[in-house]
Amino acid sequence: MASAAQVSDEQAVDSVVVRFAGDSGDGMQLTGGQFTLSTALAGNDLATFPDFPAEIRAPQGTLFGVSAFQINFGSRAIHTAGDQPDVLVAMNPAALKVNVDSLKPGGLIIADSGEFGKRNLDKAKYETNPLEDGSLAKWQLLAFDISALTLEAVKPFGLGNKEALRSKNMWTLGLALWMFDRDRQPIVDWLNTKFAKKPEIAEANIAALNAGHAYGETAELSGPVKQATLPAAPADPGLYRTVNGAEALSLGLVAGAQMADLPMFFGGYPITPASAILHHLSRLKEYGVTTFQAEDEIAAIASAIGASYAGTLGVTSSSGPGIALKGEAMGLAIMTELPLVIVNSQRGGPSTGLPTKTEQSDLYQAVYGRNGDAPMPVISARSPSDAFECAIEAVRIATQYMTPVMLLTDGYIANAAEPWLVPDMSDYTEFAVEHMTQAQEGGFKPYGRDEKLARPWIKPGTPELMHRIGGIEKGVDTGHIDYGSENHQEMTNIRRDKVLGVADSIGDQQVELGEAGGKLALIGWGSTYGPIHQAVSRCREKGMDVSHIHLRYIWPMPKNLGELLKSYEHVIVPEMNTGQLKTVLRDQYLVDAKPLNKVSGQPFTIAEIETAIAEALG
Amino acid sequence: MNEITKIETTLKDWETDQEVRWCPGCGDYAILKAVQRTMPMIGGSPANTVFVSGIGCSSRFPYYMETYGFHTIHGRAPAVATGVKLANPELDVWIITGDGDALSIGGNHTMHVLRRNLNCQIMLFNNEIYGLTKGQYSPTSREGTNSPSTPYGSVDHPASPCAFALGSGARFVARGIDINKNLPDVLMAAHAHQGAAFIEIFQNCIVYNKDVFEDFAAKKTAAATQLWLANGEPMLFDKGVKGIALDQDAMALKVVDVVDGDWEAAGVLRHDVTNRSVAHMLVELQFGVFPMPLGVIYDDPKPTFESAVVAQNEAIAANKKPDLQALVSKGQTWTVSEDGPDL
Repeated sequence: MASAAQVSDEQAVDSVVVRFAGDSGDGMQLTGGQFTLSTALAGNDLATFPDFPAEIRAPQGTLFGVSAFQINFGSRAIHTAGDQPDVLVAMNPAALKVNVDSLKPGGLIIADSGEFGKRNLDKAKYETNPLEDGSLAKWQLLAFDISALTLEAVKPFGLGNKEALRSKNMWTLGLALWMFDRDRQPIVDWLNTKFAKKPEIAEANIAALNAGHAYGETAELSGPVKQATLPAAPADPGLYRTVNGAEALSLGLVAGAQMADLPMFFGGYPITPASAILHHLSRLKEYGVTTFQAEDEIAAIASAIGASYAGTLGVTSSSGPGIALKGEAMGLAIMTELPLVIVNSQRGGPSTGLPTKTEQSDLYQAVYGRNGDAPMPVISARSPSDAFECAIEAVRIATQYMTPVMLLTDGYIANAAEPWLVPDMSDYTEFAVEHMTQAQEGGFKPYGRDEKLARPWIKPGTPELMHRIGGIEKGVDTGHIDYGSENHQEMTNIRRDKVLGVADSIGDQQVELGEAGGKLALIGWGSTYGPIHQAVSRCREKGMDVSHIHLRYIWPMPKNLGELLKSYEHVIVPEMNTGQLKTVLRDQYLVDAKPLNKVSGQPFTIAEIETAIAEALG
Repeated sequence: MNEITKIETTLKDWETDQEVRWCPGCGDYAILKAVQRTMPMIGGSPANTVFVSGIGCSSRFPYYMETYGFHTIHGRAPAVATGVKLANPELDVWIITGDGDALSIGGNHTMHVLRRNLNCQIMLFNNEIYGLTKGQYSPTSREGTNSPSTPYGSVDHPASPCAFALGSGARFVARGIDINKNLPDVLMAAHAHQGAAFIEIFQNCIVYNKDVFEDFAAKKTAAATQLWLANGEPMLFDKGVKGIALDQDAMALKVVDVVDGDWEAAGVLRHDVTNRSVAHMLVELQFGVFPMPLGVIYDDPKPTFESAVVAQNEAIAANKKPDLQALVSKGQTWTVSEDGPDL
């Protein structure tokens, strides 16, 4: 892969990685998001990785206040946000310091020299100015005073200095758009909409955008920046849009509720990175969605259970610490056998951990983390667009089996955007719920069961079917309080078998890439899909016997999974935790699954996984 | 409550076939009967009624009511009830809780269900003790309470349920006593109130805190120790020879003697259930110096939570047409044909 700087007009590049980095208040996420949009509109495949600090506005210029947004886009299928950037846009010394080491040798640095004064250099702990001391020699450097250029560009609009400098990110975006031959119009439209009530701000931003673009275009620049045009990536025909995981998941929940023919009740409590789901759903009232911002995590799930009890689809969402608080209520939903979808947008833990960094370390919590024998289906999304499908699947399982279901996603999926082939909703099979309105033949049994072992769903308000439920052990069929020893054994078995029975409805585990059987399989789950897939693909191109398996169903697992894993000589489980799926696989199938772990708050790089494959096969 | 068709029922229609498992002599029996007596009087429908409880002796209550019932987890009944009511505002929702359930582990939810003004009845059985866990002191236990966890006496200050409720924004606050014949009247007033109706019921735990309310609950001294409040009526007790008046210098209530029934001359206040300031004073009265205020202390409705939620949902939805295909296709889109993207 060539860096953009090295690209001549004739040279073909198939993908480029650009990282925008600046202060958390510099609008880097916004810049990245808009660049993503314009890239998607140019028909490139892409993947993004927002990386921002937990503080909303960390002290300006500091190392821990650096916010970055990375995008990998190109003319081949993109599965990850890219390992090493080809281009780094650094808005201040701290952003340069934090990010420069990951830049590819020979890569391009674009720096705002206007921000490299002594004060900012001190804050970033630079003794001398790196733009001048030769320490950046292994990269190509392009430093100019973006601050001054921006001020000049927005001068006609009479903004204050502080206000005017806010347009710096748009200036930079304009330059980046020029570098990669992207259309400015979508950004202009977006700015006009966003600042509809403050037209002077919209105009200033557009002026900055145009100035950045013009700066690249005119001969003012000599040096390494050259325009790189990437041809569009091959993709399945159809209508596309970009989507991030939180939005796709929200849409999937809405679609799932519609397929179940139910109104949806969403109980949530704000927590990073899960809040975006609450935000999305609160705007979808016309789809029968009621959102409730509860007083705490427990009330969020308890209200969702109450809503499910009353006959609607209860949904709650949180991240690890909040999920821990919901644990007791999950047990109540298991005991009372009510449908419920619990979304966990995982983040680094334990405790408060790393709120804005991604991790997959809540698998034990999802599968095992409740008191008593409390089985619950667990499924996991692999990508933003897969979150849509998984949300529908979670609703299906919850309503068909009368059980809470946990849907795992993570901070990376929630925030990352990718092009999405818009689904044709008529392709989906509905699974309309029927509440019980008349007692079973032979007498009313609130805990009677169908062939899937699901009990009837009876809405309060239904005449003649009054009954009481609760967290105390239920009598078989009657649902009355029953502390009997044989009854508890039987009910425990029923709850276990009902959840295991979900495996009857999910089909066999497929191999994503490679063959069923061989020397080596990599089995992953969740957002590690991209790097695993890419690494396996590259190794197979080199002739290595390695396959990629990716799990959606964490519990229960597909019925053929044990046999499938045993058909390989070696199994490696790459995970962003210390080996949680590995433990479950070993326990379930007695396979010698080897862990490959990373908990740095960053996704795996393709190279890391390639190295592990080479070692295993070497 | 919502205006629903009144149903003809008898007390028997509200009894379940389940064996009632409270200790013999427990005040809960009397409360259960009072509720079962009240339901026919309000014309309730068993199928449309839901009792939601938390954990504790009182929270077994739903099992004994021939209605829909949900015995949830400790302290969380108000949160579950909120989901029930938002999902189906037509249901008549009753929350059954205790002093530990509502004010200790579930204090947060009690505050918020009152603040939001969910249309429901909240019956707090206050026995000033943890019964189900065998007698530890509770957040309403008086200072110095000897219990298994406080063998040398408790040292912390008790919470006042009605003051807590008012402070949380409750628009209906009432008090009753388990064995008192007026309890159904209090429950009917609570049910008639549109919004969260908070009722503290003094309940005698005969095993772990026997007769702790005897000072004012005992029948033979009741006249002098109970102040029954009625809207528009003077605040009189002790057979009309004493009353409650305002000490204007102290900005506080005081007990005054009423001579020859001339309560107006004595400056006795007329009870106004909509007077929030006086309600605050009434719930803070120190028993002993004052009688125990009972009945409806405060009743001043304002719009309910679920009606506001439903109204907003409907207003927003009214202008929009749900179209799932359009929803997933939203935003800036592009088309890829067989030959690549159309730009």
